[in-house]
Amino acid sequence: MYTMEYDVVVIGGGPAGLAAAVSAKEEGADKVLIIERDNALGGILQQCIHPGFGLTRFKEELTGPEYYSRFTKKVAELGVDVLLNAMVLEVNDEAKQVLCTNSEYGMVCVQAKSIVLSMGCRERTRANIVVPGTRPAGLYTAGSAQRLVNRQNIMVGKKVVILGSGDIGMIMARRMTLEGAEVVMVVELMDYLAGLTRNRVQCLDDFGIPLKLAHTITKIEGNERVTGVYVAPVDENKKPILEKEEYVPCDTVLFSVGLIPENELSKKAEIAISPVTNGPVVNQQMQTSKAGIFACGNVVHVNDLVDNVSAESETAGRFAARFAMGNLPSVVKEITCQTGRNVRYVCPQKISLSAENETVNLYFRVLTPEFGATLVAKCGDKELTRKKEIKVNPGEMCHLTVDTKDITGDLTVEVLKED
Amino acid sequence: MKKEIICTICPKGCTVTVEGDAGAISSISGFGCKRGQDYATAEFTSPVRILTTTVKIADKDGDLLPVRSSSPLPKDKIMECMEVIKKATAGLPVCQYDVIVENICGTGVDIVATKTMK
Amino acid sequence: MKTDVVIIGAGAVGCAIARELSKYHVKVTVVDKNEDVGGDASKSNSAIIHTGYDASPGTLESQLVVAANPMYDEIVKDLDVPFKRIGAILPAFTDEQFEQLPAIKEKAFKNHVYDVEYKSGAELLEMEPNLNPEVKGGLYIPRESIIDPFILVQAMAENAAANGAEFLLGAKVTDIKTENGKIKSVVTEKGEIETQYVINSAGLYCDEIAAMVGKADYKVVARKGQFYILDKNTSCQVNHIVLPIPTKITKGKLMCPTIHGNMLVGPTAEDQESKVDKSTTAEGLLSIEKDVRNLIPNVNLRDTITQYCGLRPNRNPEGLNFNMYDDLAGYINLSGVRSTGLTLSVAMGKYVVQQMLMHGAGFVLKDNFIKERKGIVKFSEQPLDVQDALIRENPLYGNVICRCETITEAEIMQAIHRPLGAKSVDAVKRRVRAGMGRCQGGFCGPKVIEILARELGCAPEEINKHNPGSYMVTGRSRD
Repeated sequence: MYTMEYDVVVIGGGPAGLAAAVSAKEEGADKVLIIERDNALGGILQQCIHPGFGLTRFKEELTGPEYYSRFTKKVAELGVDVLLNAMVLEVNDEAKQVLCTNSEYGMVCVQAKSIVLSMGCRERTRANIVVPGTRPAGLYTAGSAQRLVNRQNIMVGKKVVILGSGDIGMIMARRMTLEGAEVVMVVELMDYLAGLTRNRVQCLDDFGIPLKLAHTITKIEGNERVTGVYVAPVDENKKPILEKEEYVPCDTVLFSVGLIPENELSKKAEIAISPVTNGPVVNQQMQTSKAGIFACGNVVHVNDLVDNVSAESETAGRFAARFAMGNLPSVVKEITCQTGRNVRYVCPQKISLSAENETVNLYFRVLTPEFGATLVAKCGDKELTRKKEIKVNPGEMCHLTVDTKDITGDLTVEVLKED
Repeated sequence: MKKEIICTICPKGCTVTVEGDAGAISSISGFGCKRGQDYATAEFTSPVRILTTTVKIADKDGDLLPVRSSSPLPKDKIMECMEVIKKATAGLPVCQYDVIVENICGTGVDIVATKTMK
Repeated sequence: MKTDVVIIGAGAVGCAIARELSKYHVKVTVVDKNEDVGGDASKSNSAIIHTGYDASPGTLESQLVVAANPMYDEIVKDLDVPFKRIGAILPAFTDEQFEQLPAIKEKAFKNHVYDVEYKSGAELLEMEPNLNPEVKGGLYIPRESIIDPFILVQAMAENAAANGAEFLLGAKVTDIKTENGKIKSVVTEKGEIETQYVINSAGLYCDEIAAMVGKADYKVVARKGQFYILDKNTSCQVNHIVLPIPTKITKGKLMCPTIHGNMLVGPTAEDQESKVDKSTTAEGLLSIEKDVRNLIPNVNLRDTITQYCGLRPNRNPEGLNFNMYDDLAGYINLSGVRSTGLTLSVAMGKYVVQQMLMHGAGFVLKDNFIKERKGIVKFSEQPLDVQDALIRENPLYGNVICRCETITEAEIMQAIHRPLGAKSVDAVKRRVRAGMGRCQGGFCGPKVIEILARELGCAPEEINKHNPGSYMVTGRSRD
């Protein structure tokens, strides 16, 4: 079996892996390797040809390929190694070994000093949300359709219903329209938009595509290809009101009904997984429950902005490099980040306090939309920071910054309603 | 004419109310920042969009070149521009920001590659 | 076209008969309306190989199921079919259910299934820790087994083909011609086949075929069965086939592992007019959830990766029937092959051929019958050194296409290029499991379309999900 040795091994060459690898190298790690299953770096951004990336980080509106190419250039300049067409089958946390397939080398065992998990996420499917009906051709997750249309030059259908108002769903509504398909409607179970408002304006409103909030697909019809779907409004318990069901003819249904962090490797390595985020429990250095194994990006929690992914991944890469070099600060005390009012989860879930002061980014999502909200981080009665927001929304990540030197004990993040 | 414009400058999505007619704005409110005010003003008078799509690579069926408009295009020209782009092809190699369609539909805007392909 | 025997229907029974006949010097042609072997009912069922403990004693169905079960040890070895004897348990939770156990055991005895044993509640809980703790005791049926139903049918078909049987797929039978009280020919959408024998193993459509020769003295009643499949890593699992005690109305809903490590929960049993409506329903799926919780209270149906529906070809009047006719020589009619059909197929193959021999078919045994068939080597199931060697031998084994099930391009290529190879996305899935995992083809689907188009030399829009009309995509976005 072919073997390799590295200081930091990054699993996944999407935006998270790229940022982690670059920062690991910049932090001083000598040998850094990215293992990527695709035949090119960039991950999902390769098919995200639309604009909207980089507004926070680069103060520019970039497309997916432009965004990731800024990182791939650095990867090349800094001399980060890349193993493409390599599927990781196993991560051994004790031995710090990564086992992967590669057509050229056969089975490859990579010996690492530290490992960064950045495998991203997968899409929730029609079956996950249990939409009754037949199983014809023409049912796609929005991301699969996006890959076919944007990377493989293949159109998936002509008359489309989209379930879910997530960003990918709305972006595909515009994409399919630009390519000549008719997007009949976007159906959303919740009574609010799942994705960014900007996408509603530019992807739906611009093209006159109806958005049906508080509606769902109750049945799929068609034996060979989809012939149509039944759409019904839902009551306050999300139960379809069948008397108001209407039949909508279509040949394609796209599902944009959520993303799930892809943690099969993490679970196999017995890394602690949060039942809320479905990703590894991490501390502010993005270290998982297993020493020397770090995680970042959508494998940890599903992000709405790639800019946040890059920032978080740089942290992972930096500390993975320090772990590999043996100069991770020694932990004095570990505290947990708890969820207060209207907060679904906080990432990181833990903060390791050391003699060193660190600035910690707290990313979190709210449970329900609210206008006029104040975001607060506190330790007991001691308030560490607060920030006012005109509007908070489960679809948009919230963010606060605290310094570890100010932390006195377990930290709580809450969203207060403005008086 | 009164129009409610959802600002798309940042993820916040402020709703800006603009009143006036084609030439002049009589009142504008609800914006959260100067950029939002500018956006709503422009969106009211002459809305523009960045267009992103793909261009076929000559002699290759399964590969596409992602492209964008070098700057925002008038919103009402988007579909017209798409028709031109659908007929265009790019030859390899292509460098990022190479011009694929120059001055598309007389807008003064170029369609450029967003990716380097060899 | 000219042949000796036409078998209508390439499901489990049809393919088992074809394989059995291919042991003789006789020309066999299997025709099916579908583009792939595997039938309808044979590919959407509970994937259980039954013992026949609960059949109606003395019936043909009982005889065939009971005879078939022990045959599987050899057949799965010869044909390389994933199969496991995991056993079934039948737990009783109420006094009323507990009192039914002796009668069930007695029925098993009358069916010559002698190895059914009583187990105490404690023993059952030890065997199956996730069982409802209310359990008072129950029965253990050790030879109830699980199988890959797709591979079983493909393997029988491939082996029959290797021994000379021909398959005419995508060829719906439109007529059967007779002459002087004898079979003359079978007319299909792909031409007419002159033949001496016709075996009607058309499952759901066997009444329509029988009507073509005036022998439809029964109707097929489709009995819908809806199922859930759960993720391999779902929190609440079982080790055995966990069966409910049947009520007067229904055999009830079970939970069991599949041969590939998922959990299967279901089925419903709903009679319907339509033979094509295979839609799951909100009510049906809800009833599964409700019922199975009685057996396994913590079952987590949120971990579902798919739901599907199968139609069992029940018969009115009821019962499995084998018929030959004095006034129509050469015609054999099989009907009422229902939920036990997969199990009994291998015995039915032998039964039908023996009946033909006893009724004057002078088939002569071959001395060069190829008994064995090798399956596609599954990369994910190999030890490390074998995986390494596989990639070095064939680099396509290094290219993982389906992430969830770790299926490589090499396996997909074999699925397409072996005899009776895959021509559709579902056919690939049923041969190598690409797209059967938790993402349900989200990642590998686009790649499988591309590989199929490349290997079959056609445009992507010509690739179907299963049958004609089920086109996956509509064409190139840029010509």
